[in-house]
Amino acid sequence: MLDLINIHKTFNLGTVNEKKALCGVDLHLEDGDFVTIIGGNGAGKSTMLNAIAGVWPVDEGQIIIDGQDVTAYPEHKRAIMLGRVFQDPMTGTAATMEIQENLALANRRGQSRVVYRTGIKKKEKEEYYELLKTLELGLEDRMTAKVGTLSGGQRQALTLLMATVKRPKLLLLDEHTAALDPKTAQKVLDATERIIAEQHLTAMMVTHNMKDAIVHGNRLIMMKDGKIILDIKGEEKKNLTVEDLLEKFQVAAGGEEFANDRMILG
Amino acid sequence: MGIGSYFASLNPFNLLTSLPAGIAQGLIWGIMAIGVYITFRILDIADLSVDGTFTTGAATTVMLIIAGCPAWLAVIVAFAAGMIAGTVTGLLHTMLGIPAILAGILTQFAMYSINLAIMGMKANQAISVDKYHLLISSRNIGMALLVVGILTIVIIFLLYRFFGTELGCAFRATGANNAMAKAQGINIKMMKIIGLALSNAIVAFSGGLMAQYQGYSDINMGRGAIVIGLAAVIIGEVLGEAIFKKHLSFWLKLAFVVIGGILYYIFIIIVLWLKLDSNFLKLLQAAVVAVFLAVPYIRSVQKSSFKKAGKNAMKGGGR
Repeated sequence: MLDLINIHKTFNLGTVNEKKALCGVDLHLEDGDFVTIIGGNGAGKSTMLNAIAGVWPVDEGQIIIDGQDVTAYPEHKRAIMLGRVFQDPMTGTAATMEIQENLALANRRGQSRVVYRTGIKKKEKEEYYELLKTLELGLEDRMTAKVGTLSGGQRQALTLLMATVKRPKLLLLDEHTAALDPKTAQKVLDATERIIAEQHLTAMMVTHNMKDAIVHGNRLIMMKDGKIILDIKGEEKKNLTVEDLLEKFQVAAGGEEFANDRMILG
Repeated sequence: MGIGSYFASLNPFNLLTSLPAGIAQGLIWGIMAIGVYITFRILDIADLSVDGTFTTGAATTVMLIIAGCPAWLAVIVAFAAGMIAGTVTGLLHTMLGIPAILAGILTQFAMYSINLAIMGMKANQAISVDKYHLLISSRNIGMALLVVGILTIVIIFLLYRFFGTELGCAFRATGANNAMAKAQGINIKMMKIIGLALSNAIVAFSGGLMAQYQGYSDINMGRGAIVIGLAAVIIGEVLGEAIFKKHLSFWLKLAFVVIGGILYYIFIIIVLWLKLDSNFLKLLQAAVVAVFLAVPYIRSVQKSSFKKAGKNAMKGGGR
């Protein structure tokens, strides 16, 4: 479903702030893979997702989604294939627009938006009502409320629906529960798990929480210094524990202690 | 002149008779303010091209009417001319990466030459209502109020419908949240260009109406249009929110922008009636807009400021 071939990206090239963010990332995802991605700060996790989403062009390498080379596509052109949920709950939704309008916008992802069709049809509203109901947040009764009146968790849950209302080839979750309180985070994670399973989505989830990375998905990759240093799948992933992971990290990183306390404690 | 004789010299009847003309002008500026609203509030861009495109609309209309073109067709061409100018601002901003404000200033600056050229290298051109068949004229204010009033309603209705379409929603999303719009596959550069084009088209259209109303176009008639537009937008918003609280629907917002334009002009007429030297009008206009723009900020500061925090700490002793 996804192929990353030797992806390189350097920010602020030629300045004192030069940062090699991705240094030869290779990754192949099968259809239906649900990968969790962990790694310390600045390891390149979010950068990798942004490279796939086309936030900026990569310096080197090739990005192929479902057999289609999208390396030269700008962000809005790739959006048709992707569903995205961001770390900041404010990023994924338009605050000044209604809940149903936000969903309608997402439902037309990749479609040319024309002036002779209304932005939201009656039949759609029923569809959105049922969709919102599955979140169990009571949003289905507030469909005409402005998204700005929602809490961070509610907005994140809505963003998740928007990312999947039109089935994406690839779902990108960039620490989408990190800004939420633990209880809300769990709710959003449960919804994520359910939607991915129901729609058999291929998904990538960046997380700072090792336990979440182990519990969710069928595959786990760890990044360090802009490279993938660990890739655990199949049976091995199923039986993985936090201790295993720490040990594997030490081996992969050449004896280095695991640097990020937040990940161990989280 | 003593205070007494000053007040004695003010004639309330004069104020009353000049009100209808003020309302008519306010309505025309109100249409222009709708154009400003599209960029300033929906797209979140302060577009200064409007100072130039208002004159463009006026110049185009006047020259076409002089050339024998029917007035209704002339304002439609003015609309198109504004659209082209707005597209230029949009291209400068999105394709060449020039900040929106600067792109607007550049277009406005360039339009001065173009407007002069449109008017045959003259600073002004007259169209007498006696010689030409005009849509509106200050000679017949009642008729002008009716025609402009109907046009305003039509424009508000069309915009209301437009912003409910797929394209309109994508446009609103672009203004509300760039990142979200891109993630939903919206070409935000294209949306910004469309918005600037539409906004300047409406501004030029109102310029075309103003030229007919006053019977001439002048190279400087658009100067300060952005300030008047902002004043109308903000006055309208403050008033609309005071009356309708949170139930201010989109078409009401647009209607209140026009009402803001009218109120603003009534204010100007009162000031002139009070015999303020009209040379100071621009200073006063700027002051009014500065005050209204500052209100939301000052309110938020009043609610929570370091000064207040310091006072609270002194009172409570940190406990």
